[in-house]
Amino acid sequence: MGKLALGCYPGLVGNMSYDFALKLADAAVSKGHTVSIWFSGNATGSVKSHQKHLKDYSTGEKHLLALVAKGVEICTCEACTVARGIQKPEGIEGVQWNAMHWYLGKIHAADRVLLIGGE
Amino acid sequence: MADVKLAFIVQKPQYKGETSRLAITHAISYQTVEILLEDGETVTPKLCFIGEGVLGLQKGQNAMELYGITSTESHMKNTLLVDLDVLVCKEDLDRYGIPEDAMPDADEMGADKKIQVVPFTEIQKAMEEAKHVLFF
Repeated sequence: MGKLALGCYPGLVGNMSYDFALKLADAAVSKGHTVSIWFSGNATGSVKSHQKHLKDYSTGEKHLLALVAKGVEICTCEACTVARGIQKPEGIEGVQWNAMHWYLGKIHAADRVLLIGGE
Repeated sequence: MADVKLAFIVQKPQYKGETSRLAITHAISYQTVEILLEDGETVTPKLCFIGEGVLGLQKGQNAMELYGITSTESHMKNTLLVDLDVLVCKEDLDRYGIPEDAMPDADEMGADKKIQVVPFTEIQKAMEEAKHVLFF
């Protein structure tokens, strides 16, 4: 089985790229691959807990918790996150906080790398 | 694998979005990734600017004074200071009428590296040599 390092940069709300990244991660981990997800840019807004799932908006929290439970390592860029006013105690449990080198470290070990760009 | 070569390809203009800037800061972070790797393991990115990605690299920027944010020029100087290879596509600079000597350097900071203005074939070579190519 392979190692997949996903970089996810788009915001949770406003496009379906974020949703695609999470679904791809779920498909890969369900097939037995090792998956990591790095959130940077607007994607870091999705690590705030207590999201309300309104039908007109994508949601992240439920899916992130499910991925963490399946063993997917998820990490948010701390600088990008606090710049958006989200503090660590407000974050979803199980999501790591680190600096950009976390993603490069995962890339080093990965068989495949996918960067899902932002705006 | 001891060393993993990466090609960061920036295609979007600076200041118009966040990801083009994130390409630069992610590349710079290669300096500290070793704390997460085993002895002898390294990551070596090449930072390449093509298409609209060449816009906003010129020297003489006042982003701190005008917007209160670090300028791309300052980030570019930092890339040179940490010995990153920075390649800028010559054809695209020509296309936008940007002269090569408009590219900043970090001589005053003591950097040995310079921005390399190269034909696209050189950037293609960097992509071919890389294990992973990341498009920003």
